[in-house]
Amino acid sequence: MLWDGVQVTLSVALSSMALALVCGLLGAWGKLSSNKLAHTTAQTYTTVIRGVPELILILIVYYGTPTLIQDTLELYGIDIIIDINPFLAGFMTLGVIYGAFATEVFRGAYHAVPKGQIEAAKAIGMNRMLLARRILLPQMWRFALPGLGNVWMVLIKATALISVIQLPELLRNSDIAARALRMPFTFYFAASLYYLAIVSVSMLLQKRAEAWAARGVRRA
Amino acid sequence: MGDIIDIIWDSLPRMLDGILLTIELTAFSVALGLALAVPLALLYVAKNPLLSLPVRSFVFYFRGTPLLVQIFLIYYGSGQFVDALKTVGLWTFFREPYFCAVLSLTLNTAAYTAYILRGAIQNVPFGEVEAARACGMSRSLLYRRIILPLAFRMALPAYTNEVVFLFQATSLVSIITLLDLTGVARIIVARSFAVYEIYITAAVLYLIVTYAMLWGFKKLEHLWSGHLRDRDDTDETFAAR
Repeated sequence: MLWDGVQVTLSVALSSMALALVCGLLGAWGKLSSNKLAHTTAQTYTTVIRGVPELILILIVYYGTPTLIQDTLELYGIDIIIDINPFLAGFMTLGVIYGAFATEVFRGAYHAVPKGQIEAAKAIGMNRMLLARRILLPQMWRFALPGLGNVWMVLIKATALISVIQLPELLRNSDIAARALRMPFTFYFAASLYYLAIVSVSMLLQKRAEAWAARGVRRA
Repeated sequence: MGDIIDIIWDSLPRMLDGILLTIELTAFSVALGLALAVPLALLYVAKNPLLSLPVRSFVFYFRGTPLLVQIFLIYYGSGQFVDALKTVGLWTFFREPYFCAVLSLTLNTAAYTAYILRGAIQNVPFGEVEAARACGMSRSLLYRRIILPLAFRMALPAYTNEVVFLFQATSLVSIITLLDLTGVARIIVARSFAVYEIYITAAVLYLIVTYAMLWGFKKLEHLWSGHLRDRDDTDETFAAR
């Protein structure tokens, strides 16, 4: 049962991380953009998300969105009941939240690419797409890797919050087992060891990935 | 539109009570956590593995597991040992969600803070330590006058983040029935069905306190780094380019 939970936890975490990467790239693009609208949107996005607890955001998305849609439709005389799937709500919320953190990571990574390379690329006539594809992104991944690893670690632990909206992930399943067998300490402790294992494996993989990304870098 | 404003206005006093509890929990846990973290950080960097290994395991466990699990482990998990806790007279504490909340938040922030501080302690330039030794400072004087003050200043930006995270993490105590801002919001929502109005009001309140805290820490950082800044801050205009 706990193992089933681990699988749900991992799938929520992986899909949220994918969404976070997309949101992060978009956010970083917005923050660095000279377009005023894009800049303000990205700035508001990161400011708001990082100032509000994850739990509140999860509650807003899970309980708030259906009511908001229902209330809006009611104005037009349509009366239906909408339910959000907890997996979808959890994955969307965590993805958008950690997208804000990934935004900062990508922004930092962009600034870490030497200015001269960007100038040189422009000088030989690369257009913006080509510049991003050949010069920026390949290097940004390397600079972003440690930060993204951090985001992933925090994200893994944040998936425990989705137990609040009854998604049968690791903590929720341990909760059910703990109540049924009246052994709360045993089951929560077991759950914590699973989290610890996931985090430890992630740390190892992150080290590997960083070494792999830095394989072309000459060290003194 | 009118009802929305009415609902928010009517529930505002209760939500302000909630945010007071949120701030109180944050303040207690931050103070206790910091008091614990300093000795823990010193033990973490100790050369004797008998001293450092237990601390390293503690930090690893609390940084590697979700805070919510830690809260459940302490609040519900203690229920498994009622008899043992009763014989030592601790059950009156573990029965209280407030005590369990402060305990888990404190241990959690102590672990994170100890980790931040040990990073800062290890980054104190060796020249400073060498110079202090050359002046004949004892170990305790060296720590008190050189290493810890420097480490605190270097750790401040990371510690600011930690305090803000802890402040937001206190919202989890609503799950063990405490009436902090999130707890109050959930109760009002359950009664009034004004779901997004109430949660968004709560979010705005969190946002205000978060940025007030960040502003305060920025002032502190400015204060502590006075000797590192140029006399006129012309290079700031360059940085803002």
